[in-house]
Amino acid sequence: MTRRRRIAIALALLAVVHVAALLAGFLAPYPYAEQHRDRPYAPPGNGFLLGTDAYGRDVLSRVLYGARISLFAGLAATLVSLVLGLAAGIAAGYFGGWCDRLLMRGGELMMALPWLYLLLAVRALLPLDISPGAAFLLLAGIIGAAGWVRPARLVRGVVLSARERAFVQAARGFGAGHGYLIRRHLLPLTTSVVVTQATVLAPQYILAEVALSFLGLGVAEPVPSWGNMLAELRHFGALTSHAWMLAPALVLVPVLLMYLVISDTLLDTLNLRQGRGA
Amino acid sequence: MSPNLGRTFTRVLSPSRRVAGCVLLLASASAAESKDVLVVPGITGTPGGTLVYAQRSEAKTLNPLVASDSASREVIQRIQADLIHINRATGETEPALAKSWTVSTDGLHYTLQLREGLRFSDGQPFDADDVLFSFQAYLDEKVHSPQRDLLVIGGKPIAARKLGPYQVAFDLPGPYAAAERLFDGFAILPRHILEKPYRDGKLAEAWSLATPPAQVAGLGPFCFKRYVPGQELVFERNPNYWKSDAAGTPLPYLAELKFVLAGGEDMQVARFEAGESDLISRVGPRNFEALEKRRERRGYRLADAGPGLEYSFLFFNLNDLAASTSADLTARQAFFRREAFRRAVSLAIDRDALVRLVYLGRAAALTSPVPRGDRLWLDSSLPSLVRSVPQARELLAADKFHWAPDGSLLDPSGRKVEFSIVTSSGNPERVQMATLIQDDLKQLGMTVHVAPLEFRSLLARVFDTHDYEACVLSLAETDFDPNPGTSVWLSDAPNHFWHPEEKVPATPWEGEIDTLMRRQMTTLRFEERKRLVDRVQEIAMEHLPLIPLLTPDVLVAANGDLLNFHPALMEHNVLWNVEELSWKSPAR
Repeated sequence: MTRRRRIAIALALLAVVHVAALLAGFLAPYPYAEQHRDRPYAPPGNGFLLGTDAYGRDVLSRVLYGARISLFAGLAATLVSLVLGLAAGIAAGYFGGWCDRLLMRGGELMMALPWLYLLLAVRALLPLDISPGAAFLLLAGIIGAAGWVRPARLVRGVVLSARERAFVQAARGFGAGHGYLIRRHLLPLTTSVVVTQATVLAPQYILAEVALSFLGLGVAEPVPSWGNMLAELRHFGALTSHAWMLAPALVLVPVLLMYLVISDTLLDTLNLRQGRGA
Repeated sequence: MSPNLGRTFTRVLSPSRRVAGCVLLLASASAAESKDVLVVPGITGTPGGTLVYAQRSEAKTLNPLVASDSASREVIQRIQADLIHINRATGETEPALAKSWTVSTDGLHYTLQLREGLRFSDGQPFDADDVLFSFQAYLDEKVHSPQRDLLVIGGKPIAARKLGPYQVAFDLPGPYAAAERLFDGFAILPRHILEKPYRDGKLAEAWSLATPPAQVAGLGPFCFKRYVPGQELVFERNPNYWKSDAAGTPLPYLAELKFVLAGGEDMQVARFEAGESDLISRVGPRNFEALEKRRERRGYRLADAGPGLEYSFLFFNLNDLAASTSADLTARQAFFRREAFRRAVSLAIDRDALVRLVYLGRAAALTSPVPRGDRLWLDSSLPSLVRSVPQARELLAADKFHWAPDGSLLDPSGRKVEFSIVTSSGNPERVQMATLIQDDLKQLGMTVHVAPLEFRSLLARVFDTHDYEACVLSLAETDFDPNPGTSVWLSDAPNHFWHPEEKVPATPWEGEIDTLMRRQMTTLRFEERKRLVDRVQEIAMEHLPLIPLLTPDVLVAANGDLLNFHPALMEHNVLWNVEELSWKSPAR
């Protein structure tokens, strides 16, 4: 299978899942918070395609609505990381000197911190009754801000080498200002790094959101997220009594795989094109 | 090894079982020393065998003076004994190290007659000096025992006096209801071992788990044999124990009691199900169902002892907050304080769903803030709480609440009724209850957020900073008697959840409850006390500072070959009669 076709198929599958998440309001048979208290843990069938959870809420509907939180929090966090990483990487690579040292050492410090405890600590400081929307944005923001360092270092590498290229020197010689140089000459060179990092970070951040919600620190009840749905399975005997609660994982794994396929393929492609990867 | 001529039984343990912790010293060369043995009727068993019990967390110390965590208390109470013991099955007091006692007519002076001829597990004799020493240590403020407060009545401590080598008198500073229940749980310590550390000021550090077993002694059914950190804590039978069965066989039947670390309820259940442990206490309802499914295959016994002494409740922040507190919280308190609001919330909660969905039917809905397992003190005249959303709406409407066009509830000043319920994230049942309550209150138009927090942050918010709006918590009473509950009901008490440590009662009804609770504490006649405690419950249900939810059942399981297994509602639910437990055929 050619690289292009591989990426195309993976992208198509991802698109299907993301569009389904966006259209959850239309596709879901029940509202995600509607409790059918007479049918707790009902097995699949009888009006509930994927069964119900402890309160009698339809699992299929919750998987669809939960996709919104898990997938888009991951994507939003990726955006945050990339924007921050791009800004930091360009500043460090272009200006060099103390700016570079400050950003890189600061970044190394952040990388040394255990991210999970960092997230737990930040989450504990938040007010108690934030609305689900605010919680979602906050979550994406925190996860994204915790991970700007790696893209920053990669971008810095690109900028450092690009800074010395002939056309950049020439433009500088002609009196181009910093802004023009960055915008016109350096940014375009970083696109391949940014795109690849996006496909590498997105699955990690989706998993980070799932992990946080699994620990009960993501969005609050009754808003579903794949993480807080999977938290039900923590109990002894849960898998044997109600295996249909595993549904979010069965969707999550292919999604992550597709992201990995894309990022793998892209990395391969870039290696080929540039001789050595960024 | 010299035989102890004071034995009243004939069976001899194999010499290899004798280790340092239970060395028997040579007794007098005279004929059999008389020993006041307590005979436990109605049980039989075969001596021998090991019982393995998996603990959720590890014990931290063997020192009864400082132990405050449940894992330490769990093990300490198996190697120590008290003067007067509360029988966990009947809830009544019974003689333990004190074989009898008399009370003066004013109820202020207890004279206890101690059993004679008893020896600690290391063979040293027991007498009144040990009792006096123990109470001196418990009451000594420099030792900082958490149990000291239990011996302080109305600000003054109990006094102990020696009347004879086997007779001790206790003087109470004021009349105290059910005073004999005070003695339960106060381990009588060996003066011959602990007096020196006490004089050196090092008593609180004594008896850590690293202590050599020979230096730990007690009057309980077992004695300390061995500790391997992170793995097991092993006790062996105390050959000097002062109980026997009706046939004269000395108790305990078991030769060894082993505590292993499981590290959590799910792990406890997994180990029990695999046959690696023999008893399990206070299982959650889902684990109980999972065990039920596998019962036939494995042959263990499951028991649902009925509603216990724990009760769950919802309460609102009624503290007087500083002006610097968030404007939202102060504004919301305006409707928290309205009794119609609290009554409507109580009416809208579907307690049946809580029992059915969260506890799988293994709980009992509450009618008052007294656990359902406390049948003696529960006010049975209070009606059961029937859910009625229409009635709740009427109550709110009558109190000038109204509904916006989108259905959301607005308080009399037009503010949207929205608040958050905090609960412990480590307790899935409470989080589930909060989620169900959230959905119930949606039907009244209230917007409720559920905020699970780590337990210690939760406690800090509720008791220290008062930075919360509503909370779902549960409390496990340690005794059937209402006296321990004064730490919740007295308005200046630290556990007065909704408004701890009030300097003066914040409302007239809280003042009334104060008076009633203080009176029942010094009323000696049961009927009078019952009337006072009933009235407290009626006031509590009228004003609803705590909205009672349910009491979970006590769910336990035991190996099928264990004899004399009788789960109790009071702690320790399965090990309270460990000296009576026996294997059918102790080949193990």
